[in-house]
Amino acid sequence: MTRQMTGAKMVVQSLKDQGVNVVFGYPGGAVLPIYDEIFQQNDIKHVLVRHEQGAVHAAEGYARSTGKVGVALVTSGPGATNAVTGLTDALMDSIPIVVLSGQVPTFMIGNDAFQEADTVGITRPCTKHNWLVRDTDNLSATLHEAFHVASTGRPGPVLVDLPKDVQFASGTYTPKRDVSVSHYQPQVKGDMEEITELVAAMEKAKRPVFYTGGGVINSGKAASQLLRELVDATGFPITSTLMGLGAYPASGDNWLGMLGMHGLYEANMAMHDCDLMINIGARFDDRITGVVDAFSPKSIKAHIDIDPSSINKVIKADIPIVGDVAHVLEDILKVWKARGRKTDQASVAKWQGQISDWRKVDCLAFKQSGKIIKPQYALQRLEALTKDMDRYVCTEVGQHQMWAAQFLGFEDPNRWMTSGGLGTMGYGIPASIGAQMAHPDSLVINVAGEASWLMNMQEMGTAMQFRLPVKQFIMNNERLGMVRQWQELLHGERYSHSWSESLPDFVKLAEAFGCKGIRCSDPDDLDDAIREMLAYDGPVIFDCLVEKHENCFPMIPSGAAHNKMLMGEASTKGAIKEGGAVMV
Amino acid sequence: MSALQIKKGSNKHSAYNLRPNFSDVSEKHTLAVVVDNEAGVLARVIGLFSGRGYNIDSLTVAEIDHAGHRSRITICTTGTPQVIEQIKAQLGRIVPVHQVHDLTVEGPSVERELALLKVEGDGDKRVEALRLADIFRANAVDSTLTSFVFEITGTPEKIDAFADLLRPLGLTEVARTGVAALSRGL
Repeated sequence: MTRQMTGAKMVVQSLKDQGVNVVFGYPGGAVLPIYDEIFQQNDIKHVLVRHEQGAVHAAEGYARSTGKVGVALVTSGPGATNAVTGLTDALMDSIPIVVLSGQVPTFMIGNDAFQEADTVGITRPCTKHNWLVRDTDNLSATLHEAFHVASTGRPGPVLVDLPKDVQFASGTYTPKRDVSVSHYQPQVKGDMEEITELVAAMEKAKRPVFYTGGGVINSGKAASQLLRELVDATGFPITSTLMGLGAYPASGDNWLGMLGMHGLYEANMAMHDCDLMINIGARFDDRITGVVDAFSPKSIKAHIDIDPSSINKVIKADIPIVGDVAHVLEDILKVWKARGRKTDQASVAKWQGQISDWRKVDCLAFKQSGKIIKPQYALQRLEALTKDMDRYVCTEVGQHQMWAAQFLGFEDPNRWMTSGGLGTMGYGIPASIGAQMAHPDSLVINVAGEASWLMNMQEMGTAMQFRLPVKQFIMNNERLGMVRQWQELLHGERYSHSWSESLPDFVKLAEAFGCKGIRCSDPDDLDDAIREMLAYDGPVIFDCLVEKHENCFPMIPSGAAHNKMLMGEASTKGAIKEGGAVMV
Repeated sequence: MSALQIKKGSNKHSAYNLRPNFSDVSEKHTLAVVVDNEAGVLARVIGLFSGRGYNIDSLTVAEIDHAGHRSRITICTTGTPQVIEQIKAQLGRIVPVHQVHDLTVEGPSVERELALLKVEGDGDKRVEALRLADIFRANAVDSTLTSFVFEITGTPEKIDAFADLLRPLGLTEVARTGVAALSRGL
């Protein structure tokens, strides 16, 4: 079936064909025809953000909490350039989103027209792929291809640039099913020889560990189920990156907690001392490996990744497996079962004993002081009061993000939205809006620091307008906490510009937006205050005044190996050496 | 804590220092990349090299199949084996890239480059230049009483050698196409 229609109508029709029901956007001159079409239909809900960066992060929050493709719509020029941070964020974290940008008419491109920017040029390095549509006849096919590329293989952001004359002109609409199959078809099945080699290594392993990442979440719910089956059947311990939290339940017997720079002692020690490391959908990020030369020196390393460029990029893989996590896990389970479900149970039990000893170190211990709320305590209470709820958690970036990863437990995938790779301050509020749009009846909390939160606080207006009861849990230390921590450890306690001065009164700010503000500074009041936040039917800005100088531990100092963790205040002096200081 | 003394450019033990633990010997490789001939595809390839800090020694690109909208990009690059593998994997994940061939490792291949070289001079130098051109099977494609433009086709090394010999004879300008390469046999 082909039909004649305008380019603008095609945009809306393509989105419907793709099953999109929410678009986050901001209008402007170059997308007016599309907005006119949006006005004349009811299938797709448009969420008006307050800044285009918010639109893209909201689309990310939507995508991550649903596993579907998120969609953002922005105008040309500044609309598109404001989307760049969100696109880069989605690229680093492999989040499938489609950004539609308006463009000046084709005959004006290159003339420095009003609100013109070379959008495909600017976004080329921060998208998985992008397109400039020059002909209305190609528009719908391009959009369907865009959804295919965004969601296939290693997911990522794509952008389609739509000149205004292409939106006005009429052309032939190509439905999704008629679009010729794209040549872009990444390999999903792993090589059976490599898989068999991995199973053989698993049978012999004395000190195995699963190291999982965002690839498990991206592979879909089936991947998490298969992972749970494999972990529980083998009894091997499992740790995860920041991106992969929730793929294996935090309450599971074999769960070690998060690994990495601010990961748990037992997780990092297990990584360092293991003899078989099974990386599933993670990418040996520098926050994970620490110094590469001393990374897990005694282990055989298997690496399962759908992106061949991730393999051998940082760490040499002894058993490389290119494929989709769910497909590969299914084959691993099949082969392992067929070969008799063997593991070296005695050795693995001894290894679990060693891990229990590491757990006794209690690396997340902190000193609770009388009348000041410790940020760790705030999160412990938040966890205790919300863990049984239908809960989605977003964060901003910094100390609070690491504490949230340490102290909140995730039982399911797609429940945790945080900016991992790019570390984008200002991610959390719009992401919480996206997650709440997707799950209107669930509890959505944004765990924030006051500095990050201010970066996109305009989006509270969006939350109010669309009646999205997002809970903004701000742990306010009046500091750029992580910057301050690094200055303490690395720059002679010279706290250059790392405090938040002239902060707004967050309770009054909440009132100004028309939502509820709660302030809490006394640990004794905290539970009641959190309950009040949870009970309120609407957005809440919770100003939780916490200890100002708390540092986030444990910490692998830059330039050190996994077994050289800092555990607390006493051990930090001179901990970062010259070599480590040059790193971020 | 005492002031940090970090030597400029030091990246010792940096997590970003990705020099391989397997081999740090640089190798020259010739890659043939078949791409959709669409706007921006060359920018994607070049942007990959500049964005990730890889070398381009030479690069040629032209459409090879008009009906199929295919172009072939031939890239000569230098890097450690790990970097070369990364380059190939990164090229492979660009959406309009169809095939990436490493001609250096996939068996014997032929490499050819075309160059135009302008020599200015008279007397013995002019005669010597003509004689060298004959030895190198270069053609004079333009001539005045005091200059020649030679056309030469061959491996990059042959062209280097020819240019080196012409330099004392009055070589003033060189234009080179970069390498085009195909695998030998079927």
